[in-house]
Amino acid sequence: MEEYEIFHHAISDPAMVAEQIKEKQRKIIGYLCSYAPEELIYAAGFHPMRLFSSRAEIFHADNHLQSYCCSLVRGVLEESLAGKFDFLYGAVFPHTCDSIQRLSDIWRLNTGYEFFADVVMPVKLNTKSSHDYMAMVLEKFKKDLEKAVGRDITDRDLNDSILKFNKIRAYLKKLYDLRSDNPGIINGSDMHAIVKGSMIMDRDEVLELLAVITAKLETCDTAAVQSASSSPRIVITGSLCDSPDIYKIIEQAGGVVVGDDLCTGQRWFDGQVPFVDDPIQALTLRYVQRIVCPAKHSSNNARGENIVKLAKEKRADGVIFMLLKFCDPHAFDYPCLKEFLDRAKIKNILLEMDDQALGSGQLATRLETFIHMMG
Amino acid sequence: MNDIKSDTKKHKMKSAKIMRDLMTTYYLETMGAADNGKLIAWITSGGPVEPLVAMDILPIYPENHGAMIGASKMGEDFCIKAEEMGYSNDLCSYARADISCAKFKGGPIGGLPAPDMLICCNNICGTVMKWYEIQARYFDVPLFILDTPICHTGYTPEIKKYVRTQIDEYIQFLEKVTKKRLDHDRMAEVGKLSLEAQQLWQQVLNTTSNSPSPMSAFDAFFFLALIVTLRGTTTAVDFYRKLLLEMTQRVKDGISAVPNEKYRLLWDNLPIWYQLKWLSGKFAEHNACLVADTYTSAWCSSMQYIDANNFLDSMAEAYTRIYLNIVIDQMADQIIEMVKFYNADGFVMHSNRSCKPYSFGQLDIQHI
Ligand code: SF4
Ligand code: SF4
Repeated sequence: MEEYEIFHHAISDPAMVAEQIKEKQRKIIGYLCSYAPEELIYAAGFHPMRLFSSRAEIFHADNHLQSYCCSLVRGVLEESLAGKFDFLYGAVFPHTCDSIQRLSDIWRLNTGYEFFADVVMPVKLNTKSSHDYMAMVLEKFKKDLEKAVGRDITDRDLNDSILKFNKIRAYLKKLYDLRSDNPGIINGSDMHAIVKGSMIMDRDEVLELLAVITAKLETCDTAAVQSASSSPRIVITGSLCDSPDIYKIIEQAGGVVVGDDLCTGQRWFDGQVPFVDDPIQALTLRYVQRIVCPAKHSSNNARGENIVKLAKEKRADGVIFMLLKFCDPHAFDYPCLKEFLDRAKIKNILLEMDDQALGSGQLATRLETFIHMMG
Repeated sequence: MNDIKSDTKKHKMKSAKIMRDLMTTYYLETMGAADNGKLIAWITSGGPVEPLVAMDILPIYPENHGAMIGASKMGEDFCIKAEEMGYSNDLCSYARADISCAKFKGGPIGGLPAPDMLICCNNICGTVMKWYEIQARYFDVPLFILDTPICHTGYTPEIKKYVRTQIDEYIQFLEKVTKKRLDHDRMAEVGKLSLEAQQLWQQVLNTTSNSPSPMSAFDAFFFLALIVTLRGTTTAVDFYRKLLLEMTQRVKDGISAVPNEKYRLLWDNLPIWYQLKWLSGKFAEHNACLVADTYTSAWCSSMQYIDANNFLDSMAEAYTRIYLNIVIDQMADQIIEMVKFYNADGFVMHSNRSCKPYSFGQLDIQHI
């Protein structure tokens, strides 16, 4: 589909996308975490763009971060210090994990972008006081943005923005559902490009493309793709999976990905911002209701229960843990999640990745064995 | 694991034995808690212990236990067991040791008495929250999280309100678990004692600004246990008063920690518990004394925010603004102040792969 190509093209060259967006008079604010309040950034007239590592060799970042830091944090710092993010107007750091927290300091001290903000969100998400605090922090961030643009963000601006991002989320959810119903309908690498592209590209363009793609898939001839209906169904969980190769390996081994609990997947677009009078309250509500990230706390069993629920909903035959090496929050959750899955008799496998691991054939072999086991 | 270089008799610190005895008594008390109808709370090292003391709940610090496991060189064994449980080797070693020790028992003191509740304050790191979630599931006991947002841009009004409200929630939590009311007079008293102990501890650490220094950071690592474990009690106050006297006397008598002190150094990060002896020997060999460190002073680094007459209000701020919960440029400022105060010739940074919040940013601090 030609629409897929646009997404593939965009994610292969975010700097080019950035230049086009800047031509449309939107300055770009980068972020690394699914808790970044994109709606606020957009309402202020900026373009929110998720930052990824291109997995270039680490050179500059070594002077700031030790080797036992996850490749996302090191990689993104590397890109910035190497000048590859010079298109940025600034960046925002929502509070996530210890590594991002220190990255924020290092970033502030070593990069020279015009705009910088920390959004020190609560870690607890299950109490009234933490919800109040979340709302206050969002309000504060709104003020930071207003100062940067030199005008107020009206409720109207914010509601329009919320509407747009809700639509994007609804389309992505729809696409995921379509895929889960008919796994052969779209391959993993295309889906990856669409989701990733939606975090990078102009949001109006994203909306148009998503509308076209959804329409095409809804009316496509599912009989032609029936072949995948008996393939082992896989759910991926973890921090992020930014490597299309993984999807290819899974598919070549005969499996199909039918859902995920990834920071760059469903966790990012999960849930809708509800419509309540105060848009800040509305944003707060989504953050405290959506699937929780392991760096936050909603209950002791929230993530364990969620992964089982997701696997059942998607009728998954197996779950793949895709963990980044040196990622503490996910590594701490893994044994518990595994226990939940084992108890529910859902097969699972752990893949610990750093940027190098992908190239080695070992990973592919393990994945193949896992999928064949379910075949 | 302390007074290592006390090769001559006069160099031995009397307080060391007293301290050991106090710690033994304390651990015995916690072991017998269940029989004496006392409740036990496991709490993070940076956590607000004073309300526990005021409510007669015995606090236990799993991190301290993690350090003991490290010092007794049993860490490796527990970490292997943790790995078998599925915990990656790259995770904080204190956490791994404690998690597997809870399950497999054993260790230098035969494992910790099981908790009746867990209190986790994330002012030191995000790891502790994951760690306490795990233990809350394992022991199936209530968990209270005191969420202290990092002070990137200072102690903002938002943070202030949030943490202060949580202090009330904390007290309610304790009242619910213990089915008792907090006695506010007792609370105020405990608050005063806590502050007093912190002040005395700071004064003890300050004695090392003398050349030669009467004690080293290695001694400080050892004497720290009481301020972590028993602040808020008269025991701690009495002990640190004695320790302070001993140190001042050593200064008067010209007794130094390192016999021919020539270089004065600062230490950054957690102690390397399992190699303390070796390390202190190495420094002494080169006539170098570690006169101070960023670790042991963390337990009094935010004392300035405490108001003894208004403890509950002010502790919210004090617990939020501790050394690790601030930005690295502020950390660097504090270090520079320490270098001046202690008249240090150098700064030793230990990059510790098991503790990310302490270690990331070190390379930048180096440059500031
Ligand atoms: S992958 Fe893990 S360690 Fe890295 S930024 Fe994300 S949560 Fe933090
Ligand atoms: S990560 Fe560091 S601060 Fe946190 S518990 Fe481990 S050693 Fe302590």
